[in-house]
Amino acid sequence: MESITFQLLRDYSAVGFGANRAFSYRFTRKSNQTRVSFPKLIRTSSGFKSCSATLSLMVEVEEKPKFDADKTALLVKEVRKSFNSGKTRSYEWRVSQLKSIEKMVEEKEMEITEALHKDLSKPAFEAFISEISQVKSSCKLALKELSSWMIPEKVKTSLTTYPSSAEIVSEPLGVVLVISTWNFPFLLSLDPVIGAISAGNAVVLKPSEIAPATSLLLSNLVQEYLDNSAIRVVEGAVDETTALLAQKWDKILYTGSARVARIVMAAAAKHLTPVILELGGKCPAVVDSNIDLQVAVRRIIAGKWACNNGQACIGVDYIITTNAFAPKLIHSLRHELEQFFGKDPMKSKDISRIVSSSHFARLVKLLDEENVSDKVVFGGQRDENQLKIAPTILLDVPEDSQIMQEEIFGPLMPIHTVEKLEDSFEVINSKQKPLAAYLFTNDELLKKDFVQNISSGGMLINDTVVHVATEGLPFGGVGESGMGSYHGKFSFDAFSHKKAVLYRSFAGDASIRYPPYSPEKQRLLKALISGNIISIILALIGWSRD
Amino acid sequence: MESVGDLERDLEGMREYYSQGKTKEASWRKSQLKGLLTLLKEKEEDIFKALKQDLGKHHVEAFRDEIGTLTKSLNNALGSLKEWMSGRKAILPKIAVLSTAEIVPEPLGLVLIFSSWNYPFGLSLEPLIGAIAAGNTVVLKLSELAPACASLLANTIPNFVDNKAVKVFQGGPTVAEQLLQQKWDKIFFTGSARTGRLVLSAAAKHLTPVTLELGGKCPAVVDSLSSSFDRKAAVKRIVVGKYGACAGQACIAIDYILAERKNISTLVEMMKVIIKEMFGGNPIESHSIARIINKQHFLRLKNLLEDPNVKASIVYGGSLDEDHLFIEPTILVDPPLEAAIMTEEIFGPLLPIISLEKIEDSIQFLNSRPKPLAIYCFTKNKSLERRMISETSSGGVVFNDAIIQYAADSLPFGGVGESGVGRYHGKFSFDTFSHEKAITRRSFLTDFWFRYPPWNAHKWQLLECAYNSDYLGLLLVILGLKKPRRGSYQPAYSH
Repeated sequence: MESITFQLLRDYSAVGFGANRAFSYRFTRKSNQTRVSFPKLIRTSSGFKSCSATLSLMVEVEEKPKFDADKTALLVKEVRKSFNSGKTRSYEWRVSQLKSIEKMVEEKEMEITEALHKDLSKPAFEAFISEISQVKSSCKLALKELSSWMIPEKVKTSLTTYPSSAEIVSEPLGVVLVISTWNFPFLLSLDPVIGAISAGNAVVLKPSEIAPATSLLLSNLVQEYLDNSAIRVVEGAVDETTALLAQKWDKILYTGSARVARIVMAAAAKHLTPVILELGGKCPAVVDSNIDLQVAVRRIIAGKWACNNGQACIGVDYIITTNAFAPKLIHSLRHELEQFFGKDPMKSKDISRIVSSSHFARLVKLLDEENVSDKVVFGGQRDENQLKIAPTILLDVPEDSQIMQEEIFGPLMPIHTVEKLEDSFEVINSKQKPLAAYLFTNDELLKKDFVQNISSGGMLINDTVVHVATEGLPFGGVGESGMGSYHGKFSFDAFSHKKAVLYRSFAGDASIRYPPYSPEKQRLLKALISGNIISIILALIGWSRD
Repeated sequence: MESVGDLERDLEGMREYYSQGKTKEASWRKSQLKGLLTLLKEKEEDIFKALKQDLGKHHVEAFRDEIGTLTKSLNNALGSLKEWMSGRKAILPKIAVLSTAEIVPEPLGLVLIFSSWNYPFGLSLEPLIGAIAAGNTVVLKLSELAPACASLLANTIPNFVDNKAVKVFQGGPTVAEQLLQQKWDKIFFTGSARTGRLVLSAAAKHLTPVTLELGGKCPAVVDSLSSSFDRKAAVKRIVVGKYGACAGQACIAIDYILAERKNISTLVEMMKVIIKEMFGGNPIESHSIARIINKQHFLRLKNLLEDPNVKASIVYGGSLDEDHLFIEPTILVDPPLEAAIMTEEIFGPLLPIISLEKIEDSIQFLNSRPKPLAIYCFTKNKSLERRMISETSSGGVVFNDAIIQYAADSLPFGGVGESGVGRYHGKFSFDTFSHEKAITRRSFLTDFWFRYPPWNAHKWQLLECAYNSDYLGLLLVILGLKKPRRGSYQPAYSH
């Protein structure tokens, strides 16, 4: 449709691929290859906070064989050919691939756990709970529900289009790209892939190079277990991602930071590709005093340190509680942390390490900022060689310090105290909308106000993190925490186009739709649109009051 | 347009107003929707006049496609608002005892709507209805190419809706550019794919979700129809789905026809008759057909016909009146497929017919081109019907009619691929302007110790049972009656 004809934004011509190195400031290797570059977009974006969590694009990489961008184009072409052949659309194909994933997880559990341990020292337990079992249950659900998801949804039609019938048909979008991240490198790669396959798409997965063992394993496993004509893994870093983003996709699902998300979205704009962006943000936990403190504190620990040591997009980022209650809360946190991780948490095998030295340095910098380092009330130990930081609690750090401005993504937990708990709304609303907001209280009114006044991707009352495993709920952010959602049926929907299909018969043709137009036709049209049978009859026999 | 500073101050005021929570109230939303209904009722004559002035649209066509459709949408929104606003419960597994989960729609905040000139009221107010119903504050940017309609809307909307929450802007590219620099919580754009790309990349700067309502070349696949009654109904619907839809200047208007070679001469003859019946012998004097929006678009259409091979394919019509910006309903048979008329969206009263050997060839023909907003298929053949749904891709498919899907509130309206991103109409409009917030409530009472470190094989086994919904196993392990299978399992790497 032709419309506004503005010629805008010479600035955004940077949507092209220039030689500028926008996201390469920690990228040490010299390279002649082109990169995605949106210097202008990035510089002008106000209020943008880096979630260095998942900046999978900015690590130092080792000297590797020169990446061939043409190879990417060729790969996508092959995969598209396979999609066009129609094979991925069949129910049988989808089921066979989902079953293969199930089998793969079953047979390779040991290798997966090992890779996660190599990349993150992730305890086998945590790997099982938060990644392996989640992939399994996603597969299981999809296999169970797929046939019902695929059935077209019948909808009612109105008098305006009478007589007719209508349905909404879910069709695959085509060839989709999944760019995943390093903190739950197995789950966050395969969960979207399961959705893409369920919906009948061909899919290319780009795992994060920051979790290299898992990335390599995924590449091998996909090759071994799945139909490689339609499902492929491309390993790599900036060059590979850039080459992938230059291709035309029918959907992109990106998990990572808001900063890189902007680059992904701008690259997608070139091809009018819809995107799902799964980002993060500072997820607050508001803690009331009228609660079962032990249970609450255990759940907070489970949503911070026992959740990849805070390196999770839905992990608790900071706590808000009242001045009066803070000492009790801190006391309980210390006690339970000791129960969980022992007197010396640096020696505990039940806690993940920091993913890389650059992330370690970032966290140390947050901790060592002036006016922050003296606020540590628990923990603070670090070991650069092992990339370990102990569970650390800070009390009332300045609001303008970096640790309260950017997503922490690590084992540091600032506690922000307020006079009245209601003041927490203002604290949360002064920041970007988070992916999750947690509240611990038994006060029904406070719960209601919280739901009404706080905007976040999801919300969980009296627990942390577990809402992600709820298949009946969409998982996704809003504002800076992302757009679009997935999980369960929402994954199927995320990778489907909802095609509107309307069936009409040749009978029942009202001449009023057609010119030449007359006042009678207009009256009848009015009556029809009002849906009032009496008016229709009156108009038909020429007695309309109009 | 005001200065950028004024604009920023205005938007800040709107955000402030939004944060007061007024727009979230159901009563507020209702009163705004009622305000729009009153506007349509009271200003009906002015709307007819403005559409006549900008597009030469006949007032019955204007009523059918704009005022009437909007009235229907408003009534539907008013009647359904309560249901749309109430959250829905989600089902939880049994292990989650004493927990509840629901999905609650919440407004996004401050949204921007760009509308288009071809249905200046419909395409402005239809998304506005959704944005208001969802409880947002809204900036509406009207197309400068339909100036009479734009000025009418800009002058009347503030009198009928809360002008602290809804602001209307007129103006051209500069205004659009200034608006796109700002941060929005959603952008809803109707227009061309080219501009759509610019909107999308501007939105990327602020991570703003975008709905793009674009167009594309919507085909009508016309099968052999044995009954003369069916044939006549089909041809009527095709003719009105092209020339009777703002003279083809509609994103869902029929762009071209695919038909079997043997049927083409009959089809053309019938179309000629119906065109005369509907628009009269001398269509330039007819008031039943809209004119071309402006000189620039007129020249674009004229250019499409300039190509000698295209000109040679005209079998009906083809006369152009530059002074009145009027183009006669025109039919072409088999213009070259690489000519501009077959590669770009026509958006005017020119209708090429492409001949195929077999009607089934249409599927391959469609699949080798960008995905259109709609595919129209006139057939009684069930197998073709099935193949058309499962083997082609488009925003929507309509069998045996055209255009009317726009008025079906229960169907999502929107494109895929080159024809757009996202969808609206009816409840889908509400959803488009809402965030679905997932809410889980837990009690402190049930807390499984095996969720927490320090980890051991026993806890692992319990978790596995829990995740497999193996409640009996869970019980047995707790009671010590089942041996953890992972008892001896020590990862090879452990140190």
